[in-house]
Amino acid sequence: MTKKRNIVIIGAGHNGLICAAYLAKAGHEVTVLEARDQIGGGIAPREFSKGFTAPGLAHLAYPLHPKIISDLEIGNNARSKSRTINTISLSKSGDHLHLGQSSASGGSLSSEDQEAYSAFKKEFLAYAKALSPLMMNKPPRLKNMDTKDKITLAKLGWKVRFGLKTDSMREFLRVGGINIYDVLNEVFDSEALKGAIAADAVIGHHMAPRTPTTVLTYILRLFGETENRQLTSAVPNICEALATAATSAGVNIRTQSKVEDILLSDDQVTGVRLSNVEEISADIVVSNSDAKSTFLDLVGVQDLDAMFVHRISKSRTNGDVAKLHFALKSLPNFTSLDAESLRHRLLIAPNMRYIEQAFNPSKYGEFSERPVLEITFPTIDNPALSPDGQHTMSVNASFAPYALKAGWDKKRKTFTQKVIDTVAGYAPGFESLILDHELLTPVDIESEYNIKGGHWHHGEIAIDQSFMMRPIHGTAQYNTPISGLFLCGAAAHPGGSINGLPGRNAAQRILAMTKSGDV
Amino acid sequence: MSLHDFTQVLAKTPFHDRLALHSQTQDWTGWNGYQTPRVLDTVASEYFAVRSSCSVMDLTPMEKYLITGPDACAFLNRLVTRDVSKLKPKRVTYAVWCNDEGKVIDDGTIFHLEKGVYRLCAQHHQLDWLMLSSIGFDVTIEKDTHKVAALSVQGPTSFSVLTAAGIEGLEKLKPFGIIHTKIGKIPVTVSRTGFTGDLGYELWGTPKDAHGIWDAIFTVKEHGLFDIRVIGLDTLEMVRIEAGFIMPGFDFNTAETTIRADHDRSPYELGLDWIVKFDKPYFTGKRALIKESKRPQKRCLVKLIAEGNKVPTSAFLFDGKNGNKIGTVMAQTWSPILKSSLAMADIDYNDGKPPVEIWAEIYYQKELKWHVKWAKCHLQNAPFWSHPRRSKTPPNPV
Amino acid sequence: MVQIGKTNNYDALIIGAGHNGLTNAAFLAKAGLNVLVVEKNDYIGGATVSRELETGWKYSNCSYVCSLFRPEIYQALDLGRHGLEVVPIKGGVTFMQNGDYYGNYHHHEIRRREIARHSQRDADAVIRFDADLMKWCRLIRGFLLRTPPDPTSFKPRDVMEFGYLLKKFHGLSESQLYEFMRFFTMSIGEYLEEYFENPAFLAHYSGGSVIGTGLGVYSPGTAYVLLHHAMGDVDGNVGSWGFAKGGMGSVSSAIAASYTNFGGEIRTGAEVSKINVSNGRATGITLASGEVINAKKVVSNLDAKRTFLSVMDKDDLPSYVIKRAENFKIRGSSGKLNIALDGLPDFPALPKGSPLTLGHMHFTDSLQRLERAYDDWKDNRWSADPYTDTLIPTQFDPTMAPPGKHMMTVFVQYCPVNPEGGWDETKRDAFGKTVIDQIAEYSPNFKDLIVHTEIRTPKELEAEVGLTEGNIFQGELTLDQLLFNRPFPGYAQYRGPVKNMYMCSSSNHPGGGVMGAPGANSAREILRDMKRKDTTPEDFGDD
Repeated sequence: MTKKRNIVIIGAGHNGLICAAYLAKAGHEVTVLEARDQIGGGIAPREFSKGFTAPGLAHLAYPLHPKIISDLEIGNNARSKSRTINTISLSKSGDHLHLGQSSASGGSLSSEDQEAYSAFKKEFLAYAKALSPLMMNKPPRLKNMDTKDKITLAKLGWKVRFGLKTDSMREFLRVGGINIYDVLNEVFDSEALKGAIAADAVIGHHMAPRTPTTVLTYILRLFGETENRQLTSAVPNICEALATAATSAGVNIRTQSKVEDILLSDDQVTGVRLSNVEEISADIVVSNSDAKSTFLDLVGVQDLDAMFVHRISKSRTNGDVAKLHFALKSLPNFTSLDAESLRHRLLIAPNMRYIEQAFNPSKYGEFSERPVLEITFPTIDNPALSPDGQHTMSVNASFAPYALKAGWDKKRKTFTQKVIDTVAGYAPGFESLILDHELLTPVDIESEYNIKGGHWHHGEIAIDQSFMMRPIHGTAQYNTPISGLFLCGAAAHPGGSINGLPGRNAAQRILAMTKSGDV
Repeated sequence: MSLHDFTQVLAKTPFHDRLALHSQTQDWTGWNGYQTPRVLDTVASEYFAVRSSCSVMDLTPMEKYLITGPDACAFLNRLVTRDVSKLKPKRVTYAVWCNDEGKVIDDGTIFHLEKGVYRLCAQHHQLDWLMLSSIGFDVTIEKDTHKVAALSVQGPTSFSVLTAAGIEGLEKLKPFGIIHTKIGKIPVTVSRTGFTGDLGYELWGTPKDAHGIWDAIFTVKEHGLFDIRVIGLDTLEMVRIEAGFIMPGFDFNTAETTIRADHDRSPYELGLDWIVKFDKPYFTGKRALIKESKRPQKRCLVKLIAEGNKVPTSAFLFDGKNGNKIGTVMAQTWSPILKSSLAMADIDYNDGKPPVEIWAEIYYQKELKWHVKWAKCHLQNAPFWSHPRRSKTPPNPV
Repeated sequence: MVQIGKTNNYDALIIGAGHNGLTNAAFLAKAGLNVLVVEKNDYIGGATVSRELETGWKYSNCSYVCSLFRPEIYQALDLGRHGLEVVPIKGGVTFMQNGDYYGNYHHHEIRRREIARHSQRDADAVIRFDADLMKWCRLIRGFLLRTPPDPTSFKPRDVMEFGYLLKKFHGLSESQLYEFMRFFTMSIGEYLEEYFENPAFLAHYSGGSVIGTGLGVYSPGTAYVLLHHAMGDVDGNVGSWGFAKGGMGSVSSAIAASYTNFGGEIRTGAEVSKINVSNGRATGITLASGEVINAKKVVSNLDAKRTFLSVMDKDDLPSYVIKRAENFKIRGSSGKLNIALDGLPDFPALPKGSPLTLGHMHFTDSLQRLERAYDDWKDNRWSADPYTDTLIPTQFDPTMAPPGKHMMTVFVQYCPVNPEGGWDETKRDAFGKTVIDQIAEYSPNFKDLIVHTEIRTPKELEAEVGLTEGNIFQGELTLDQLLFNRPFPGYAQYRGPVKNMYMCSSSNHPGGGVMGAPGANSAREILRDMKRKDTTPEDFGDD
């Protein structure tokens, strides 16, 4: 029987709560410390204007992995309310493109493209499934492997070699490392269709369709569709369900408890110190924070190796997406779009070139002239989030670089106006509906949510920052160089999105190491 | 010479004119980008200047870094394996630093010049590693190699020579101590440090004072009081082996330049266990070295005396005459003062222990005809040469 | 008049007298086979060609430097005795907009001082960088003269080859393994920024990674391309570039001399219209003239697109191959200017007598400018502020121009294949002017010295050299087209989709650059299938 450990988790975002629930269920004494006054991090609801609430940073998500739902006995409330959310890629002509999980219509799609879309989704979903041994385990080390690593690699090899047919395996190995632009050009004719799919590969990343590795980001996104999942707007429900799961497992959650220091003695974690100088001792500390905050600020460089620190500080963690919330008098009127359609996800990414051109300036510290937008209206499903008849509109706007050359303070208004103009291009009169709004640039996200660089995924999901190199090699298996300190957030494998796997995998790792006596 | 000068391959030190005057051979080579003498007269005369009178060597090419700022001590302590917080002002210590894997990047000396002001002297270019190591520390690192004119004055009469040259207060200077003093009217920092295993000092001044410092020393010789000789790298090589000092990049491959696996070396593998301290704050490579300290040692750079009079130049070593190959000689010299053949050798350990017997297969030539000879080698723990004069304070005047 | 060969039934027939075709043919002839090489043009060489377009001036019209050519092949084909001389190129320079420059002096001490002039830290970081790069060079170099294994196959040879690959990687420490994976997948810009800080220095080093590719300095995967240029060696100086005396044509003529010395035949002015296939076996070729030549083995040195889409019948091929060939990425992204000069241009930024003009000259001093040059190309325009690799080889090879005169070769990144409305003369001249103006900014007398300019957009490079879209690598060096994916998954072992048909162009592993390796590797597979003695060389190895 494993000795009961006193565990502190830093950050009550979804991964922190999941990790906490797993550890508490295994019999450990778990406290989650949250700096903000509410739990949930990026999935917590946010009242951005009096009477108007937005779902938080994430307005859409794929549901948690079913394994987590069953392990943590999370009730139905976290499951998608089974309302299908499709994607509608807006067209100025009004000939909008409708994309379901496996079928596409509208947008004057040829029947070839329609068929190709179904086949494409099926093929890529198969690639995503093939990766599942890798997603559901700690990333195997390439040398000095333990038994679990060998099993993971064997399973992965098996899935890739036999889960896929020979042709599919070859295709997977061919496209796995390249850009979505080339792949989509091979498969489809419709520019609108290519644009809509490419947007999914790049939103949230500092990438455009022609950036190599966008196939991988797309496959990783599609992992959210494995196990028969589909996109849901019920993000706040996930947050509530996780809080319930954690507390009922016995987790003690403390908000307004900002951790300032991770305390060490003789290279072993001993606890944390809060900003109010309170010290909380712990056998194990798990950080749901990003890697730069965890190592450079909370642990401190003086207890780490120099090259390790160098690699952490060089890791690419600057966000390139802004979040905007609008309080609206009424729902906007999109050209040739019925009210029912506003229940879905609207996309402004009319073609790949548009996305590419939106991306270019962000390489030089400038935001897009014409941004790529992802729009939802959370108040349609949940009218309680806004006053009667009025609505909240939630927008992800790409690209908006963290390190804006001119400085965000001076450019907030300009950027907001660009977003408004872009929306108005599809919904004439939009501007007149705005009662209030909020802009969260990556810099705001950094300060509001304590994420260095304000990146959704706590760091770019490029190949060199993925798997056994996430956040950097040397701390990619959830444990860190400091004995008793672990990572459980999006900075760790397999990275961001709301699938909860970093939290779950980290908990598995901690439980295995406590059991074997390594911690 | 300006940095733009593309016609000159090697830069000149502030002592260059004087070196050139003393050089009868004009036999130069490169050292960290500076033109430096290999031999000026004959190796024999230069060697015996070190061992029996007084030698002067231009140390300017040695890489120097000035480290200041509130975190200077904390930074250095995270850098090197020794506890720098114990280094008092006006004291010097020898140190090595490692990469994350605990492999040695370079060695050098840390001078605690004034409270909180340090100078790091290194064998190789280190600015990249120092800057990289400084992330998160409030510290300023300035490469000031070209801003410091440095001379090493070594040998049994060095104390008397420098005193005669007008340096005051030298009699109180203990080994590894520093004084800020004057030579004549010229401000100079003197440390009682060196590479010879004998009495010796190092002088640190500004480039504009270089000629003044030099001339103050050599005036003593002109007055016929002492013999003083300038020495070059060839003599340095002999005396540093005798004194048991290792040379990164020559005796072993430094971690930063290692391309092939297993070609780098940890402090343990260099016989430097004595400066690896675990009872100090964290330093780069500590975790790796703690692990390594618990495993049997795989190999070591050792000191060997080869029987007979043949120098085992780059010789392979065996665990018996015609036995298994267990290592290679990395540096070697004939020691005129010991009349022995000395070597530094990289040898494999067996189960954490050196081989019981070590033999060298020595190739040597006579009249262009090559011969091979086997010589039994003996492990040596202490430096081959260390004279009690080295640490006596005050030194005996000669 | 059509020259009639010794026979109309050859052991092997190679289409295309580029350096890979000739290398392939030479190894086959060396094994005693009866071999014929057919070439569309009236001259041999393909992209390795030197031609006289202005009286007295010899241009290396397409490829212009020689670094990757494998010394193993050089030795095995005795190219030195057949007239090839490769001299190392000395250093280079990047001119900066502020009037300064970064001089990449060939002597390392001067170079170190020059880097330190811009950044003391970078001067020291070079040591770490060079050591790291050498690690990856050693790893990759071993694969150049080997046939890639098929990852889906369980054949002993493939499994063993994977074993060899794994063993190579096993020589790295765990952290080196990850570092290699990072190097393999990162962009050159981000990779170099982990080492260096000076913008001009960063630009100088990263340019090589995008030359010839449809990628920018911030495109993941470009760090690896650097290796393709850096691992060339001229006399043991790994990473150095060489210049073939007499121009790049000397490379192909030396290989051709070696080949004919082994008894091989070459027919120029013989354009192939079709590879003949009967019962799923290649039987020979039909020339444009209608003449049929039979051969036991047919080897295509054309790029993958031309091989499968132009000279083979669709009906003879599996639909997979046609689809892959159609989608094979050959991105024309480069242009070339060959300029005859009345004298040596002045570069006032450089001190008098500076040796820097002897090497590669660049006029792009930041990664941002390089990336913006790429943005233009993505949008189907030539770069308004291009990156060029400019050389004046007549400074060390006076045979290429009349006495006292000079020849300048300017390789230009980026230039689109098909700008809005297509290429015409006006556009081509405007493209040329952009490049000349850029150089003239740093050399006031440059324009006055110009005697003749040959401007080559991807269109001209394609039309004359037969490189699709003028791409020097005959296929992008992206992860989907490397190793066992090159040219297509399942066809990376030089054997074509029909029996007795083979590929030997740079579209195959290990890809482009004047390397000769695809030609040699392909010959090895052919000889293996014919159960002949292997005449191709093994890697020298360096441990």
